[in-house]
Amino acid sequence: MSNKNSKYYQELKAAGISSEKDRIIRSELEDDNSHFIPSPSPHDHAESTSLNPESVYRYQDLSVLQSVTGLNQPYASNIRSIDELLERDNQREKDGFPRKIRIGRLIKPGKGKKDKVVVVPTTVEEKLIHDKIRTQEEEEASGGTGDGEEGEVIGEQPIHDPNGSGSGPGEGDGGQHDLESSAYDLGKILTDKFELPNLKDKGKKHSLTRYTYDLTDKHQGFGQLLDKKATLRKIIETNIILGNIPDRSNIDSTGFLIAPSDRIYRILSREKDYESQAMVFFLRDYSGSMAGKSTEQIVTQHVLIYSWLIYQYARQVESRFILHDTEAKEVPDFYNYYNSSVAGGTRVASAFHLVNEIVEKENLIQDYNIYVFHGTDGDDWDTDGKEAIPEIKKMLTYSNRVGVTIAEHSAGSGRSSEVERYIKSSGLLTEKKELIRLDVMQEDADETRLIEGIKNLISE
Amino acid sequence: MDLINQHTKKIMEGCKERAREAGLRFEDETLEYIVTNRDLLELTPKAMIPTLYDYWVHDVEVLKEKGKYELYPHNPYETVINTRPAISYYNDNNPDWLNVMIFYHVLAHVDFFQNNLFFRHTWDDDFTGQALSDKRLISKLRSDKGRWVDYIIEFSRGIDNLVGFHKELSHITYRLSESLSKRLNYYFDIFLQTAKKVKANEYIKEIERYNSCTRDSKKLGEQVFFAEVGKKCPEFDNLYQKHLEDKKNGHRDLLQFLLARSELLNKNENKWMKSIVEVVRKTSLFFQPQIRTKIMNEGWASFWHETLFLQDDRINGHEVDFARVNAKVTALPRVGLNPYALGMRMFNEIEEKSDKGKYSFEFHNLLDAESRKKFDASTGNGRDFIFKVRENFCDFMFINTFVDQDFINHYKLFVAGKRINPEKRVWEYYVKSRKAADYRQMLLDSLYHPPHIQVNPEKNDDNTLPLVHSFEEKPLVKEFITNTLLGIEYLWGGPVKLETSEVASKSESNGAPYGVGFLPAGLKEQNQKEISWQRVIYTMNNRKLTKQVL
Repeated sequence: MSNKNSKYYQELKAAGISSEKDRIIRSELEDDNSHFIPSPSPHDHAESTSLNPESVYRYQDLSVLQSVTGLNQPYASNIRSIDELLERDNQREKDGFPRKIRIGRLIKPGKGKKDKVVVVPTTVEEKLIHDKIRTQEEEEASGGTGDGEEGEVIGEQPIHDPNGSGSGPGEGDGGQHDLESSAYDLGKILTDKFELPNLKDKGKKHSLTRYTYDLTDKHQGFGQLLDKKATLRKIIETNIILGNIPDRSNIDSTGFLIAPSDRIYRILSREKDYESQAMVFFLRDYSGSMAGKSTEQIVTQHVLIYSWLIYQYARQVESRFILHDTEAKEVPDFYNYYNSSVAGGTRVASAFHLVNEIVEKENLIQDYNIYVFHGTDGDDWDTDGKEAIPEIKKMLTYSNRVGVTIAEHSAGSGRSSEVERYIKSSGLLTEKKELIRLDVMQEDADETRLIEGIKNLISE
Repeated sequence: MDLINQHTKKIMEGCKERAREAGLRFEDETLEYIVTNRDLLELTPKAMIPTLYDYWVHDVEVLKEKGKYELYPHNPYETVINTRPAISYYNDNNPDWLNVMIFYHVLAHVDFFQNNLFFRHTWDDDFTGQALSDKRLISKLRSDKGRWVDYIIEFSRGIDNLVGFHKELSHITYRLSESLSKRLNYYFDIFLQTAKKVKANEYIKEIERYNSCTRDSKKLGEQVFFAEVGKKCPEFDNLYQKHLEDKKNGHRDLLQFLLARSELLNKNENKWMKSIVEVVRKTSLFFQPQIRTKIMNEGWASFWHETLFLQDDRINGHEVDFARVNAKVTALPRVGLNPYALGMRMFNEIEEKSDKGKYSFEFHNLLDAESRKKFDASTGNGRDFIFKVRENFCDFMFINTFVDQDFINHYKLFVAGKRINPEKRVWEYYVKSRKAADYRQMLLDSLYHPPHIQVNPEKNDDNTLPLVHSFEEKPLVKEFITNTLLGIEYLWGGPVKLETSEVASKSESNGAPYGVGFLPAGLKEQNQKEISWQRVIYTMNNRKLTKQVL
């Protein structure tokens, strides 16, 4: 793959790029990471060997002396409380205080279980406490013991191991009180709690899977309900044939003959159901620059959107997951989508192209409401969107909504990112306002901001 | 929750006898309970106090990644709690020999709770009993006032880390040692020295005059003395009254100030709120000493469970089992701080040094390394000395006094740094320093330390509550300011101002815009940064926060 990357890089270079751009591209290019799905958190078991310095206050008698751990809240006791909590939160707003319950900060899709996510209602007790001033390169010091000269390196730890994009936004120790719930429930909560808009019915489309039973078929001779109009018509037809109606202007119905088969009945029959259904494409940039928080934000937001759509379409949602660096590929489920780690270069157009290809090949336009959500940090080697814009335009011809989320790196230089720039300058945002939305947030935005972003992306 | 069985209780009583012989002092009664996981689920949000008041946040996962322990002065999974009688919790399947070890550990904790002076304010009451009556009070109010009870709890808890723990303590000890009248202290300590700025010989003359007054007029001496003062300096009485008033304000923490001065809380229909604020404040004060003595307390307990276990004749044959468990508890980690290991080694070191008479002027003046090493005055008072340390010190004093270069060298301790290596894309742990001063500073920095925020009585104009955060080169966590001030505004019933310091700019030498993983090589050495600070005022008015740079 790196060969293809360098080839693409050479092409770009031939076309002329700025030196700063060159540096960014090179940093992604020279980074020899590869995409992989990390094995489920190995550091849970290897506690004694890992170098995670603990603060003095993390040591507790019960766990240290008596090995008392594993305080798992039974799921059942929490499910009831989530509704209560939401009600309480609503009441808070009515009383004029800000909401306090946060949901979905620790969402992790389970493997194998298709629409399961983990919902953890969390809250913070705010107090006035000291903050630490940290630099990016050096964390606060801890204690140590043993041999080693001053300055000697005594251990290493991969940067993105504990909380990188790979293992996702799950915060190591917070996961104790997980509450599994279906994505449908989460969607309901989101709709209720955050007052996300309900979807407009955008024309019913054919479904191949659902049937209803109704008195729609006609049948001669017997059935559940006599269709009087059809029966009369049939009787007249029969009597015309028998020659009982010589004069059309003066009909004498007393002379009519009625055959048993003239009676037309309605009969219960199986009908195909016509319902809205949606196909959602989730696109995620998993290039090297997406390392860390921006991926977390994108994925969390996508889980929330996914849940909300499942609720809106009463589970009639099919989703497709596409990852891209300079090339796009489709992955089979959310688990893979969520967990694949970042590496490689960036070419946004590749993902849009793949969507167009899938839609065309499988002829999805006819049968589905199509939604496309794309998440990126805004970096694109294709600086002016020469390739991306045409693909987007093509997508807009058939989709109900295209939502692009940019999670900007907070250390950014203040100017807007490439993707933001070329989408804005293309004029699509104003021209096709009802079809495409762009949401730009900082990579350290909080949950409220994420939800705000979703409103932004899906509102009418 | 069930009590431990008679067999195990007998073991406990045996441990108590042996611990007493070794010099530990604690009350006779203790309660030991067997806890199941289910019990723990209910106990941990309540800091292991079974009778603590109910509050909905206890049922929710609380995010603590920001500030972790800074938010709570207590430890969530404590085995023994500081009540009368002391309560401790056990697994139901501990083998006897392990229980012996844990019992010694627990008894040393109980000894610490009941003798360390930082726990002085908890000695006279049983906290579980108090908490139970508070819990009943709150649930009664809740059935009356509904959700507003929870709002008051929330807002009070928002500032419960600002309780004046040390003021409370000094109040207790001050009362014990009071011999001279306040008026007299003010006259000699403040009035003469700062208001009048008298010369030394005049000062001494005044003392002589006072002494002669008391000699001549006995009990009325002081009155006679001040009659003269009133004639000479008519302004004295006014100044004294003002001083008393200031002192009262200055000695109040924020919660007390709100209780005394908030118009809202003092309205007749709102009196019930005051009792909730009191409960929250009392609860916070109860937990304060616990977190301020974590290293000492665990060190003390580990020191004694090791000492006493090895002498115990009942556990013959389990030395190896003990060694394994004990090593896990008290091993110094390669990187990280283990309070058990650190505290225990410090007590060992202090005892040893004191035995050799190294806490003496003579030793202090000794400069030659070799003779320092060999120094031994054989005082044999090491035990007594660590008992004194256990009585009079808290973590800060403990570390500040006893972490010295000898201790660092003895246990090969160092400050471990953690930095990014951009080429290898890894965090590197490295030996940052082996100097005692650095190690001490690192320890002190890791200690619990709430911000010092006070009501500024001088700026108390109109209806605004002026708060001042003293500058300690630490900013406040910004996200939390809005909601905390909102709570204070509610309790105060008017606008609130908070003066604090913020980082104006960090002149870091790089502008790495592409996230952590993409630092160009060569930047890692340039992490020296200059921080410039600015004073800002946050104003919370009508639930709207505004900020103004001074």
